[in-house]
Amino acid sequence: MNIPKELKYTKTHEWVQDTGEGTLRIGLTDYAQHELGDLVFVNLPSEGDGLTAGLAFADVESVKAVSDIYSPVTGTVVAVNEVLLDDPALINSDPYDAWLCVAGDVGETEELLSAEEYEALLAKEG
Amino acid sequence: MPKRTTLYEKHLAAGGKMVEFAGYDMPVQYPLGVIGEHMAVRSAAGLFDVSHMGEVVISGAGAMAALQTLLTNDMEGLAQGACRYSPMCNEEGGVVDDLIVYRLGQEKFLLVVNASNREKDVAWMKKWLPEEAVLEDISDDVAELALQGPKAEEILAAVTKGGKAALPGKNYTFLEGVEVAKVQCLVSRTGYTGEDGFEIYCKAAAAPAVWDAVMEAGKGAGLVPCGLGARDTLRLEAGMPLYGHEMDEAITPYEAGLGMFVKPDAKNFTGKAALVGKNPPARRRTAIKVTGRGIAREGCEVYRNGEKVGVVTSGTQLPFVGWPGAMALLDMDAREEGTVLEVDVRGRMVAAEVVKAPFYKRDK
Repeated sequence: MNIPKELKYTKTHEWVQDTGEGTLRIGLTDYAQHELGDLVFVNLPSEGDGLTAGLAFADVESVKAVSDIYSPVTGTVVAVNEVLLDDPALINSDPYDAWLCVAGDVGETEELLSAEEYEALLAKEG
Repeated sequence: MPKRTTLYEKHLAAGGKMVEFAGYDMPVQYPLGVIGEHMAVRSAAGLFDVSHMGEVVISGAGAMAALQTLLTNDMEGLAQGACRYSPMCNEEGGVVDDLIVYRLGQEKFLLVVNASNREKDVAWMKKWLPEEAVLEDISDDVAELALQGPKAEEILAAVTKGGKAALPGKNYTFLEGVEVAKVQCLVSRTGYTGEDGFEIYCKAAAAPAVWDAVMEAGKGAGLVPCGLGARDTLRLEAGMPLYGHEMDEAITPYEAGLGMFVKPDAKNFTGKAALVGKNPPARRRTAIKVTGRGIAREGCEVYRNGEKVGVVTSGTQLPFVGWPGAMALLDMDAREEGTVLEVDVRGRMVAAEVVKAPFYKRDK
């Protein structure tokens, strides 16, 4: 399982990257894409939409099921990776490149895990 | 604790992701994934463990009478060595199960039923069984493998004594005593994928030998192991109904689009009285294509001009045709090809239209 050291993680399997410009890039982890299977549809928010920590802001669908994706932070959507709308399978092939959205005006944040802590969480989930 | 088929270790060795289905631990997919497995069956071949399916033998002087009472389709003309599909109805005309009958002998039939309905079916059949008929549930002793796809015949012939000539040649026929990897098998030219292919029945303990031999023979031909995920997407794309979705105890065979397997003019059967006047039905299984952005899933409501006209019974992204499709029970006046619809996908209205079923049909 690929867990890049420089990213932060949520317990609900999103990754968070500090862009260094006061915004956060958000995506799905390798573990998440593996558990979900082949993704065939993604429903993303629009630029300007509000984000609330711990609430769903997007959803992805595999051939079998739909799954919500939870926002790690409260803030505003400042960019959306629209490439995924036409090619959701990019999340399967390169989950850490296939970001979903970028959050700005970041306020409240869910508890974020380091790569080591996330790895330990996965080990527990088996 | 879910039951395991005798191929359980094979699934683990192949990296199968196991889930509980109908009381069995079954592979939903292997590392290739549902879409890859689906495409392999359309272009080459796939091998499925379907040992969870139920097998019931009905025999004796009253066997034919039993089938004629239980099933909506007419079994009188069924030849030895041939298979025939039929719904089995309750007294209200709803569907207890759908199954395939194999005529093993003059007075001996094999019925292959859905895994999730096996116990219910056996109880139902026993209730209606004439005295001169004997029912035996042999499900636990029998394994079933499905080898499906355009390369299926070539692969199976390579591990069958006597080669291609020893396999059933015509669709919906079968042969007993076919020697596959030195194992005595019943092999039928049937399947649930929309492709050419075979279903192979053998003693449960012998299934691993058959699995290994077929997988080995298919190596160069693109054969892959396939799980329940691909089984579902393949049958949906091929327009085949699934019990518990397109039909159940409250849905008639007419509504499920299975009227051609109901023969009230030929004979009496359980549910016949209730089905009088129900054909054509008020609603019927219909194929729809999602033209907007989204995937229609089971339970999604379907609208036309803001008025509810039905509900989705199965739906997903169709891997081979490349767009999302669904089957829905729609009011009769809303199911003309090209009718513009909207599907409520978790609160979002997504455009869809009625299309001709099936979504996919292989070139013969």
